[in-house]
Amino acid sequence: MAHDVSAGVPASASAPAGAAAGARAAEAVRGRGGGGRRGRDPGRPARRGRGHWTAWAFLAPIVIYLLAFYAYPLYRNLDLSLRHYTVRSFVQGNAPFSGLDNYRDVFADPAFGPALLHTLTFTVVSIAFQFAIGLALAVFFAQNFRLSATLRALFLVPWLLPLIVSASTWTWMLNSDSGIVNYALELMHVDPVNWLTSPDWALTSVIIANIWIGIPFNLVVLYSGLQAIPAEVYEAASIDGATSWQRFWRITFPLLRPVSAITLLLGLVYTLKVFDLIWIMTKGGPADASITFATWSYRFSFGSLLPEFGPGAAVGNLLIVMALFFGLLYIRFQRRQA
Amino acid sequence: MTTTRGRLRAAAALVISACLLTGCSKGADTGDTGTGAAGGDYTIWDPYPQFDDSSDWVKLLTKCGTDAGVTVKRTGYDTTDLTNKALLAAQQGNSPDVLIVDNPVVSTLADAGVLTTTDELKVDTAAVEPNLLAAGQIGGKTYGIPIGANTLALYYNKKILDDAKVDPAAIKDWAGLTAALEKVKAAGKKGITFSAIGTEEGSFQFLPWFWGSGANLTQLDSPQGVASLELWNGWLKNGYAPNSVLNNTQTTSWQEFAAGDFAFSENGTWQLANAKKTGFEYGIIPIPSQAGGTAPAPTGGEFVTAPVQTETARYAVTEKLIGCLSSSDNALTTDTTLSYIAATEAVQQKQVAANPELTVWVQAVKAAKGRTSDDLGTKYPKISQPLWTAFQAALSGSASPADALKTAQTTAAAATK
Repeated sequence: MAHDVSAGVPASASAPAGAAAGARAAEAVRGRGGGGRRGRDPGRPARRGRGHWTAWAFLAPIVIYLLAFYAYPLYRNLDLSLRHYTVRSFVQGNAPFSGLDNYRDVFADPAFGPALLHTLTFTVVSIAFQFAIGLALAVFFAQNFRLSATLRALFLVPWLLPLIVSASTWTWMLNSDSGIVNYALELMHVDPVNWLTSPDWALTSVIIANIWIGIPFNLVVLYSGLQAIPAEVYEAASIDGATSWQRFWRITFPLLRPVSAITLLLGLVYTLKVFDLIWIMTKGGPADASITFATWSYRFSFGSLLPEFGPGAAVGNLLIVMALFFGLLYIRFQRRQA
Repeated sequence: MTTTRGRLRAAAALVISACLLTGCSKGADTGDTGTGAAGGDYTIWDPYPQFDDSSDWVKLLTKCGTDAGVTVKRTGYDTTDLTNKALLAAQQGNSPDVLIVDNPVVSTLADAGVLTTTDELKVDTAAVEPNLLAAGQIGGKTYGIPIGANTLALYYNKKILDDAKVDPAAIKDWAGLTAALEKVKAAGKKGITFSAIGTEEGSFQFLPWFWGSGANLTQLDSPQGVASLELWNGWLKNGYAPNSVLNNTQTTSWQEFAAGDFAFSENGTWQLANAKKTGFEYGIIPIPSQAGGTAPAPTGGEFVTAPVQTETARYAVTEKLIGCLSSSDNALTTDTTLSYIAATEAVQQKQVAANPELTVWVQAVKAAKGRTSDDLGTKYPKISQPLWTAFQAALSGSASPADALKTAQTTAAAATK
């Protein structure tokens, strides 16, 4: 179900980290408690056992939380995708197990190719622009000129607006007949573009809107990353006669690498599952021209009068796998750094 | 001492997390199914969240409950939300006693085994117009009673038509309408606006033209079907209709019309109240069919249904509630409040007597057809989606009308096999 999907995607990315933290905590508790007692009374296995239970009791909240809010929804989503659901079996709860049929159907669907291509294009292009513009702005604002704080605050506006407001506003601005963008084009004697209703432009339009929405996040995270780079390094570089271009490529960029990595990873997870923006602006249309896995999954499960939860969940799981893949890539990258 | 406290804390943590899991609030459940057959609370869900407790609609529900000797607990949901809510409630075994739901959803819910038939509940549907009742009939069984109906017709801007020297009363077929649009465009105004969005709403708007050509939903790529899509396509190509129809909901299409530049708008009964606020003179004509006469438009509007309960003793009161809601006097009040056309001829006549403006709408409702009628039932959604994909593809220029409908027919045939 799409609901599980949207909750599931960030979960999957954070689950390994969360589990790792839990394991560390368990070790710490066991280590401290056990060590202390061993010092006092080395030969009492009974007490040691009880200490073990106390440790698990402390761990219980996080374990139960993880199970109830991450593991179970993921399991349910997997289960949904492996059964043949009809509305009748959804209500009566006796959907027959159908193996990978839903996945086969999804792969064989003529919408699969376009949806995959659009998901990848949407994610890669959005992140590339968001990151580049966000970084440029962060470096710009790091110079702390007059009014820089005010201007920076203004850049956060897209982030503060409810998504439905910004998406609807984009829809109005990009309207083929009465939109302000086409009006401006007309003033410049350029032919109007059917931004949201032409199969050639619909995907570009949602990407543009998504870049606009994502810049503040990149700006804020990268800006705070810049603050952590010691000023002495720059001072030393200027004494050595480094140009500002060299300072950026030789100092800022490499020292910002850990922050950049997490920004890109988070951006990736956010962008992969973007649904509301596309749904409000184009509904994935016209005729699948801007469909992505997220909108496709929603359309299966809730978009028509007759819900198809099985294929919907299958598409959702494909999204989770994609997010997980990049999550693991990030962990590998982090290990190599450390 | 410290270990005891630690253990206590651990125990408390366990209890709290156990609470989180099982939901401690469960104990405070009001138990709407637990009360006896006589008296007690009866739940009603409807898709009219715009009405609060002070509205005529909710007052009517309360009164029907009082008359039946029970307390009515009413919740209004958003239409799109209600189907999922109803399915989930049925899965959990806590369906409402009365569910008022959009007519194409009735067959889905009936298919899921969620609804009782009118025979079981002894609801009298004899007076209801057969074409309206058909949307709730699957396999010879009836699963509810329409509370009223709405449908589509063409609103027109009187001044624009006068300036373009078009007589709306003379528009009887497609050729007449297209000729009128041409004159309007020549007079420097915009022709027609509708909603061709890629959702059920778009299919709803396309069906009057599709059916008006004589096409049938079981054969999307028939020559008649192609002709109807070519009509829309031609309007877009010739600039009689704006390109934005591809992204228009019925509400945005109405806003375009209300701005005063468009001669025609394909819209529903529910916009009547708003039409009076536009500040220009308007009129309404039925949607013409290809060969002439009123085209069958799809029916909108809700059915009053009774979901299956484990405690069958509750049905007696449920029947009284439904009888009360669909009785002539109450139906008149409800349909007036909702801006609907009544489902029975007797009440329709009362409505026309009170407001002659409704004559066109009564005519349109009489010609209208349920989307799930013709025993399509749950096949309809699987046909509707390929259909909206087809007109989106054709209007956006990525396929010709014939090719788009051919693809749609292949998809629909595979899905409804």
